[in-house]
Parts: sequence; structure tokens; C-alpha cells
Amino acid sequence: MSDDKKTSELSRRGFIKVSAAAMAAASSPMFFTKGAWAANEFRNNPGDASSVKFGFNVPQTGAYADEGADELRAYQLAVKHINGEGDGGMLNTMKPLSLKGNGILGKKLEYVTGDTQTKSDAARASAKRMIEKDGVVMITGGSSSGVAVAVQGLCQEMGVVFMAGLTHSNDTTGKDKRRYGFRHFFNAYMSGAALGPVLEKEMGKERRAYHLTADYTWGWTQEESIKNTTEALGWETVAAVRTPVGAGDFSQYITPVLNSGADVLILNHYGKDMINSLTQAVQFGLRDKQVNGKNFEIIVPLFSRLMAQGAGDNIKGILGSTNWHWSLQDDGSKAFVKSFWQEYGFPPSQAAQTCYVQALLYADAVERAGTFYPPEVIKTLEGHTFDGMGNGPTEYRAADHQCFKDVLVVRGNENPSSQFDLLKVEQIVPRSQVEYDPAIFGGDLGPYEV
Amino acid sequence: MSIPAIRNDWAVMAIFTVAVLTAPLWLAPIGANYPDLLQKFAIFGIFAIGFNILFGLTGYLSFGHAVFLGVGSYTAVWSFKLLTMNVLPAVVFGTLMGGVFAVLIGYVSLRRSGIYFSILTLAFAQMSYNLAYSVLTPITNGETGLQITMNDARILDGPVGDGLPSTTLFGLEMSGYSGFYFCATMLIIAFFISLRIFRSPFGLKLKAIKSNQTRMKYTGFNTRPYLLVAFVISGMFAGLAGSLMAITDPLAGAERMQWTASGEVVLMTILGGTGTLIGPLLGVGIIKYFENIFSALNEAGLHEFFAFMPDWLENIVVAVSSEFVGEGWHLTLGVLFMLVVIFLPGGVMEGIRRTTAVVRNLSKGPEKKAAESVGKE
Repeated sequence: MSDDKKTSELSRRGFIKVSAAAMAAASSPMFFTKGAWAANEFRNNPGDASSVKFGFNVPQTGAYADEGADELRAYQLAVKHINGEGDGGMLNTMKPLSLKGNGILGKKLEYVTGDTQTKSDAARASAKRMIEKDGVVMITGGSSSGVAVAVQGLCQEMGVVFMAGLTHSNDTTGKDKRRYGFRHFFNAYMSGAALGPVLEKEMGKERRAYHLTADYTWGWTQEESIKNTTEALGWETVAAVRTPVGAGDFSQYITPVLNSGADVLILNHYGKDMINSLTQAVQFGLRDKQVNGKNFEIIVPLFSRLMAQGAGDNIKGILGSTNWHWSLQDDGSKAFVKSFWQEYGFPPSQAAQTCYVQALLYADAVERAGTFYPPEVIKTLEGHTFDGMGNGPTEYRAADHQCFKDVLVVRGNENPSSQFDLLKVEQIVPRSQVEYDPAIFGGDLGPYEV
Repeated sequence: MSIPAIRNDWAVMAIFTVAVLTAPLWLAPIGANYPDLLQKFAIFGIFAIGFNILFGLTGYLSFGHAVFLGVGSYTAVWSFKLLTMNVLPAVVFGTLMGGVFAVLIGYVSLRRSGIYFSILTLAFAQMSYNLAYSVLTPITNGETGLQITMNDARILDGPVGDGLPSTTLFGLEMSGYSGFYFCATMLIIAFFISLRIFRSPFGLKLKAIKSNQTRMKYTGFNTRPYLLVAFVISGMFAGLAGSLMAITDPLAGAERMQWTASGEVVLMTILGGTGTLIGPLLGVGIIKYFENIFSALNEAGLHEFFAFMPDWLENIVVAVSSEFVGEGWHLTLGVLFMLVVIFLPGGVMEGIRRTTAVVRNLSKGPEKKAAESVGKE
């Protein structure tokens, strides 16, 4: 169509015919519009279908893409194991276990994937596509707390269970917790509580800390939790500077650290951000400095092997905490590492482990509940205690849908024996030391039925 | 030019209305008939139509149009938080706020033209993005994005019961298909306004600015007010689109204002056909379809699609094409964009124009011959 007026090629009769047909067609979608719950009992009820779908919503681009890729590998492995293919991985060690290796409730498990781009908008759009178009019964994944909080909210509205992947912010199961959202990963509060005693032992009670913090929900809560811990030890916080996610160049943030009089740099960064900021901090010679008569130290409260790999030699000797590490020697970890290594030729990251476990836990809960009906599945997961999944005895606390388990304090390995042996488990901090009252973060889970 | 132009604007509107409202049906064969994508088509359609009023008519390329989209979203979410979950105030305030920002930014930026104008708008957009991202965190909630919560004031609605409230139009929930039909209605209204502008003396003046602003000035026109009005109208369209985004999904994030979002609408408009009525909408359709459908394809899906080929060939084809789907969808889009810009500078609309011309010549051929042979007898 152009904007200048020309004679019509469309005859009047033709036009009337076309528009009449189109009008009739236009009215038909009205019949499908309302009442997903009323008609089917609940959204995306698989009913008599022979298969069900999971939605794997992970970052495939952006600052957290490495983690996302590893998460997807873990999910694909989980699907295999749930369908009874491969060597079964953690299905051999998980206790209690209801899955039979024939899919979920006899239905074959399939999956669809989406790219969150580590952006709330994009993540919600791709989650919506999975729910509305692909008809998934559960959404899982994500490598950023901002995304996790956004997708979790959407899943609550839509009535689809969300099993959070890598999200470490206190808000995910605190202020922004949702009835339909579950988190296996540990959180910033636990990192702080676990690191506290170790920091005291290593660095003493008189330190001046400088924070560089990723500027979003995870960074804020981690900064707050670590501050609370270190200030309780008697440390002084010199400054806490917020940096944009995906900044790439951190030199403008690191230069002021040199002149601030601080003797500890705490990097509340993750993924490529952490690799860049740590590398640049080391290049600026921070670690060779003496301030206030003490060796300058760098702490990375949330660590992962993927990041250690990216940061290379710079990671050596640096302290942090992590949810899980592949070198753990319990049965669950060994079984998982073995099947992951066989499949992909390298060990899984902590992101892979948490995502793998989340997929298994949901599938197992459905099997135990005997239905995909979300409120029943949620009730089955709430307060569920399990073992043999790599973290020791673990509980899904009913009050905030946060998993409680041991936390690892790790250190960058000084003498790695292989390219994967980059972190050394310094201490396994027992669950009792990192537990807290759910009321301290506020928030409200909301209703079972939506 | 041999274009099938329809004389009557009302006929154009009728066809457009029917096409939009039946979208769930005719988009079904390509798998694009689910509410979220349909809503996106309609919302970005409004955005692109508005952008086209500025860029298509006056030739002023704004590289920061996403600001108004973001402002509209934030305003709409604040309207949900403070006033009511009803969508009408959100739409009104979102559109107006888009307009207010457009006046401010336009007043400064329109002092320059050409590349300087583009850079100025880009600078404003990046500034607004950074403000929303960190400095204005109390208003925008930073990277996490502004969301509605259960203890918002909502002075017109009163306290909510169980769970988060959803956006409604007097009780009709604005998610799923009802949300799409609401957006579609807005799109139709927006298209009508754009059509009237294209056909009006005002639109003609804008086109005159595009073809030769200096001559325009010599004939005694002060072009600045016209430009500013065009800029504000297009800002309001973007504000409307932004508020609709918040209506279908009550969350506003700063990344909505990023330069990539501004660039996207430029791509959409150029891909579809700058300065045409329908072109921007086609561009929106193509880009959003790629973003949502192509990015979700994976190797398993490709194997299914190419299953008719012999195994060895299937593997090769899948290996090659898998680079272009999934996370590689940008690659496909890039190739497509290059092809369009090189071979069809007028966008998809030029392609359609050329095809219809060819078809018409072909169909005219036999008729002429038939007529001649009749004449002989």
C-alpha cells in the first residue's frame, strides 16, 4: 500500500467477500481465550499426552553465558537420566527416590530451551513463550538473581512451577519469594555466615574493606550480607562502589582502591565481570601491596570453577564460598561427576549441579505427588528432606522455599594438578552455622491456587 | 509506479482491522499464534508506526527512541502501584509522559539535523538508560526492574486479597488473548492516526522537510515547530507502546531503554520500508518472529524439519543451519538485513511492489494478446 491515491484494483464485490470471510474468522479465537484453569483444571495439564515438557531458560549470551551453557548441559543430562537413558547419575544415590527411570508418571520427558540474555524482559518473554506456546509444566534455569526474581513472579501469575537455577541474592527466597518458586542454590547470607570465621582466622579483626558490587539485586544483598559479617568481626567498611553488570573494564573502579587506605578488596561480582575485575585488580598490583602493615587481600564471596578457569593464575590463594565442587567425594557428587564427564569430557560446574538437582527434585516431587497439579507438587516439595545429591542432608524449607545444606569455603588452588583442579575446598561449613530465621527478610509466598 | 492502491482510506482501515484481528488465525501455520508474541507484534507495531512518523516523513533519524518506550513502561507500572490496576490510567499517563519527555529531548535535539541529531538523541537515550539503571534506583528499581508488589498503595483499588493483582480493563484480565485484543485495538487506533497524518497537509509539510528543508524555509515556513510536533507525536506513540508492554506484563526494566532497543526499531522500520504505512509493521513482524521462534529452534528441531533428506545430507544441512538458529538468530537477521538493504533499499515494501509489478505484467500479457486476437476477428 502506498500513501498516494491511485485507482483500486480490488473490486467492491471482492472486497465485501473478503471482509465477510475475515470477520467470521476473526470471531473464532474468542472461543479459546478464557479460562485455562476452568477448562483444564490447571495450565498446561499434560492430561493423557504421552510426553511432558520442561522449559530450560538459561543465558546463552551476555556476561553469564558460560554458566548458562553449563546449565543447559546439566539439564540435558537430567532429562536423559529421568527418561532412563545413560547411567542414571544421581538417580542411583538420591534418597528418597520415587522416579522409576521411565520419565515422569510414565510420560516421556522432553524439553524446550530459551535465551534469557541475562535481561529480565527477554527472560520473561522467553518464559512466556515456553508456557503459552510450548506448554511446559515447569520452568527452570537462569543465572542471575534479577532474572530469577522476574521469572519467578511471572511463573506465580501463570501458575507454573519455577525451579530457580543459579541465583544467590537473598531476595529470591526473601523479600521476593513466591509460592511457585524454589531455590536449591545457597544465598548471600549463607556466604557471609560461612566466610566469617574463616576470614577472622586468616585476616584478623582489624581490617579495612573496600567493596566493588555488581549493581543489581544479587550484588546489593551480597554486599549487605558480607558487610554485616565483616563489621561484626570488627572490620571497617571504607567504601562500597556499585559497578554496572557487564562493564568489561573495571580499571576506573580499581584505581581509587589503591588510595583509599583499604587493605581488603571484596569483589561482589560474578561470571565474566568477576573474571575481568579480579584480573585487573591483580594486574594493578593490589595483591603485592602492603597497606597498614598488612598484606593486601582480595575476597570473592561467590566463587565458581568456571570463573576460576577464566581468571587463570589470578585466582590462586583467593578465598570465597561455593555451593558445590566437583572434587567432593560423597556418592552423589561422584555419580554426577562421572556421568557428566563421560558425556561432555570435563567436570560440571556448581551451576550445572544445582540445575541438575533442581530438575530431578521437581520430577521426583511430581512422581511422589502422583499428579502434575502445581499446588500438590508444591506441597510435596515444601519441607522435603533428601540426601545423596552432593550437598549432604538437605531440606527445602517450607517457610521460604530455600534449601538448607552445608556450604563450602574454597580457595584458589596454588598448585593445580589439572586444568579443572582450580579450587581447593578449605572447609565444609555445617548447615547449622548458616541457618537463619525466614522472618528477617520479610516477603510473602502468596497463594497455592492462582 | 504500479501499486495496488486503494482509493478509500476507510477501505484501507477495514482491511487493516480485519487483518490485525484475525492475526491469531493466519499466523497459526508459522507457529506465531500465541498471545505473548501476538502482543509483541501489536506493541512494537505501534512503536514502529510512531517512529516512522518521525523518520519516514521528516527523515530525522532518532537513535534514542527507546527512552520513550521505557518512560511509558515505568509510568504505567507506577500507575499500577499508586492508583489502580485498571489499564486505562496507565495508558493515558504512559502516553502523556512519553510526550513530555519527547518535548524536552526534542526541543534540544532538533536544533541540529542529520547525524548530529542522531547523536544527540542517542546521548539522551544512553543518559536516561544509565539514570534508570543506577542513579534513579528508588524510582526504577535498577537492574531488577520495577514490579508491582502486594503492599503497594493503589489508592483507587484498596488492598488486594490473595496474591498479586493482575492488570484489568474493568474486570477483564489483560493477559493472554484479551491482552492481545486490547493491544490490537490500540494498534488499529494508532494506525488510523498515522494514516490521517500521512494524508494531511501537516504530513505533506513533513515530507517537504524531508525532501528539502532549506527550500521549505525560503518559502516562509518555520520548520522547527512541525518537526517538534512530529517528534512529540512519535514519542507519544512510543510511550503508548511502553505502557502496553507494562500492561501485558507488569514489569519495567532499564534495558528497555538501552541503545540496542533504540536500534531495533530503526532496523524494523528500514527492514519493512521507511516512509510507507505498512512497512514498519512488516519489519516488526519479521524481527519479532526471528527473535522468538528462530532463537528457540535447536538441533533436535532441525533434524525433525530436515528428516525427509538422506541421513548424510541431513547431518550436513543441520550442521550448517544450526549456526543460524538458536543463539545464532542474530546471524540470520544480519544476513537478511544486509540482503534487504543491498537489493531492496526500500525494504520489504519495495520487494512487494516489485513482485506485484512483475505479476501484473505477466497477467497483462495474455489479456492483451486475447484482446488483439478478438480485434482481428
